[in-house]
Amino acid sequence: MIHFGQVYKRYPGGHEALQDVSFNIAQGEMVYLTGHSGAGKSTLLKLIAAIERPTSGSVLINGHNIRAIKREAIPALRRNIGLIFQDHKLLFDRSAFDNVLLPLQISGFDHREAAKRVRAALDKVGLLAREKANPIALSGGEQQRLCIARAIVSRPDILLADEPTGNLDAEYSAEILNIFRSFHQVGVTLLISTHDQSVLQRFPARALHLDHGMLQQGSAT
Amino acid sequence: MKRLREHLHVLQTTLSRLWLTPGASLLNMTIIGIALSLPVGTYVLLKSVQHLASSVAETPQISVFLDAGRRDPELRALRERLEANDRVSRVEFVSRDTALLQLQQSTGASDMVGDLPHNPLPDTFIIYPKSTDADAMEALHQELRSWQQFDHVQLDSAWVKKLDALLGLGRLATAILATTLSLALIAITFNTIRLQILTRRDEIEVSKLIGASDGFIRRPFLYFGLLQGLTGGIVAWLLVSASLWLLNGSLADLTQLYSSDFQLHTLSWPDSLALFAFSGYLGWLGAWFSVSQHLWQIEPR
Repeated sequence: MIHFGQVYKRYPGGHEALQDVSFNIAQGEMVYLTGHSGAGKSTLLKLIAAIERPTSGSVLINGHNIRAIKREAIPALRRNIGLIFQDHKLLFDRSAFDNVLLPLQISGFDHREAAKRVRAALDKVGLLAREKANPIALSGGEQQRLCIARAIVSRPDILLADEPTGNLDAEYSAEILNIFRSFHQVGVTLLISTHDQSVLQRFPARALHLDHGMLQQGSAT
Repeated sequence: MKRLREHLHVLQTTLSRLWLTPGASLLNMTIIGIALSLPVGTYVLLKSVQHLASSVAETPQISVFLDAGRRDPELRALRERLEANDRVSRVEFVSRDTALLQLQQSTGASDMVGDLPHNPLPDTFIIYPKSTDADAMEALHQELRSWQQFDHVQLDSAWVKKLDALLGLGRLATAILATTLSLALIAITFNTIRLQILTRRDEIEVSKLIGASDGFIRRPFLYFGLLQGLTGGIVAWLLVSASLWLLNGSLADLTQLYSSDFQLHTLSWPDSLALFAFSGYLGWLGAWFSVSQHLWQIEPR
């Protein structure tokens, strides 16, 4: 599902964000991506979503080669990837419901079917009662859950989460990880970046550890 | 069906965006409307004058006025001679009595004509030439002037030609005006859309991140440009129609004094539809330029 082969990413200005990174993630796997801040976790996630392209090496996502992907093919790729951002990237000019509706509008869903799906997604993250609220009125944890609802509403095969528990206290973190685990159980491929070691201890799974842009020995398999 | 639904949805959200900033939207529409109403108004005025000119002189002709007191046999001989000329296609004779009668009927001068002690009008031949191009007309004009029997030979098409040239100038001026103001319309839309793209930056970025195609992102802006141009066109239509209505109102008082029923033309349906289509298209074009200029700059990072 996700394949990295000897991937290098160098940003303009010479900063080597990733060096010789190779790994595979099978369909339905749940994998952590760990490392200190600046180790290249965000860059790695951006390569998967074709937000950045590798300088060299091959990144294969669901059969798409990110290095050579055509601009017009990127939307279709991204529709199959649910993105969860540390800063949520919610839109404050519309309700929670409409935020979650956006991906379905983009893929051209029938309105009634879309509304059903949005409510199901909001229910899944426990925000059904807040569907009319503006995201700005939601707490940090609620905003994160709303972001998750938006990522899963179109039922993607892959979920990428960038520090989803970064700003949350332990109780909220546990809530969110429980939501992730429930997706894992229905066969979604998950890649969760975190610098929070306590998360790994409570919900153990395979972890890829990045250190200064290099994958630590032993974590690739 | 799915396509149609998407487009209807975009139309709906675009309308609500227009509605969301009523002040700015209204201002833009008014500016576009005023800009468009200038060339449209001149176009309509020119059309009226052109119509007037062509109704007065449909085919170019030469009027030959005779000295007073010619007798019938002499007139008949003259007519035969004129008809024998190979430059002449047809000759029409208007006797001075007929001319007086026509004058009485056609203009509002009936009272004045009735007061005249005798008929001041001459007998007239109206000559329709075979060829209506300017050189042939002028040659015939010169030839007829050399005839001793004629008091005065008048080339009736001369003033129509001058008017035509003037109208041509007017049309050119209108075209230039229309072109520059169309560019202004495109520029206005370009800027409006630019500002919109800037304020909707977050939405565009997020939409791209969750898989929106360029077309999906572009569509609402194009619709906005189209709608803004179209409503601007409607404003221009209203402005021009209202002005013509007002002008025709006071023109009626004036033309009554001359017993004429001259009226300024109002915008015909084809012209109105062309105006709407054109203004909508220009708005769309401005939006398209703006979107292709600015949208690619917003890429998620």
